[in-house]
Amino acid sequence: MAVDEGLKIELGKQGVFVTSLQELYNWGRRSSVWPMQFGLACCAIEMIATTMARYDMARFGAEIFRPSPRQADMMIISGTVTKKMAPQVVRLYNQMAEPKYVIAMGACAISGGPFKQGYNVLKGIDRYIPVDVHIPGCPPRPEALLQALITLQKKIDGQPLTGEGRPRFLDAEAQGEFPVPEQGEHDLEPPSNPAVWPVPLTINK
Amino acid sequence: MKTVEEIKAAIETAVPGAQVEIVRNPGPSAQHSLRIGHEFAVQVATFLQDDPELALDFLSNVTGVDWPDKEIAEKVKVTRQVTKTIDGVEQAVEETVEETRKRLEPGCLEVVYHLYSMAKKHGPVVLRMRTANRSDKVNLPSLTRVWRAAEFQEREIFDLYGIVFEGHPDLRRILMWDGFKDHPMRRDYVDPDDYEYEPTAHDEVLAKAHAHQTAAGAVAVPEGGKP
Repeated sequence: MAVDEGLKIELGKQGVFVTSLQELYNWGRRSSVWPMQFGLACCAIEMIATTMARYDMARFGAEIFRPSPRQADMMIISGTVTKKMAPQVVRLYNQMAEPKYVIAMGACAISGGPFKQGYNVLKGIDRYIPVDVHIPGCPPRPEALLQALITLQKKIDGQPLTGEGRPRFLDAEAQGEFPVPEQGEHDLEPPSNPAVWPVPLTINK
Repeated sequence: MKTVEEIKAAIETAVPGAQVEIVRNPGPSAQHSLRIGHEFAVQVATFLQDDPELALDFLSNVTGVDWPDKEIAEKVKVTRQVTKTIDGVEQAVEETVEETRKRLEPGCLEVVYHLYSMAKKHGPVVLRMRTANRSDKVNLPSLTRVWRAAEFQEREIFDLYGIVFEGHPDLRRILMWDGFKDHPMRRDYVDPDDYEYEPTAHDEVLAKAHAHQTAAGAVAVPEGGKP
């Protein structure tokens, strides 16, 4: 239940702080999104730069990179996902505890990028796991990654705790584990997860 | 450094029986290479490394080349006996006809080694070896025992081209996974048909996207998508 903004400010002037449980809860969640410490390719260098003093991701509460998926809240797919690596990425995502979020960073992570037609590169990690924020760029600048983090924080802020549109971990029915693709004789099997990635309709003339 | 002719002569003196063939590079770099037979390859490699004048102690690069089967059309003049009626009398006349004959030149797989000398500061010497064909006789001797640097690169060639290096200490796929069956760098490699979503396709990719859509059915309505 939202509190009237004007009333809130007025009460604040009187020294009364009014909030809702949802606001407080989401404020806590979005202010400490700990990323998982892993990089896949050159985008990882930009991700590292984002955490350093000049860009300082710590300002947004996301500076503690955890080397274990059990302690991480967010996965930054920073770089090219090869078909050899894809099952491991999905497995790591499955091992993360809810709530968990994914940022696909860079052209390769979102679509395969310059390697799209190659024999060894996955055409976007969103074929296997749900991605919350896509950042284009080759590689994206640190500002773009910060923008993605802010976008993700806005998304977390806007999530209701009950009813339609509530996050997966508050929905007993929702599936939190995603099938890990097998490495087949010619390609990954299946080539995509239709539950996560229904094939978008394209009109090629 | 010695010229390729001198190196060829030196190899033939040091390793009797070794087949060495000079492959000319007509480009401005004029980087000619030596194609050696696989029977004496290890001896030749050992000689190139140990010879005090060449001292090729550094293997810089190993790569592969795929030469697919080639159909060659040739025009040949053929003389044959033809029965003709000349002036009411049947006669056997010789006639020369131009005929186009097609022959299949069998392909092969080739491996190329680039050698340098750190001690003498010279190079490169380019070595080539060919397999007998592209299907079942794809074995070549490994030069890893001579230059340790060849180990990973020979594994890569085994992975991507399918050349089997005999005497390699650890011949496994290095880039693709173990269960993978194809050799992606071969010219006849067929990539998996995953052209279901090509939003900005053009040229070759557009044709493949069309082929995929036709194969999947005239109207592919995805789940949740609009028809």
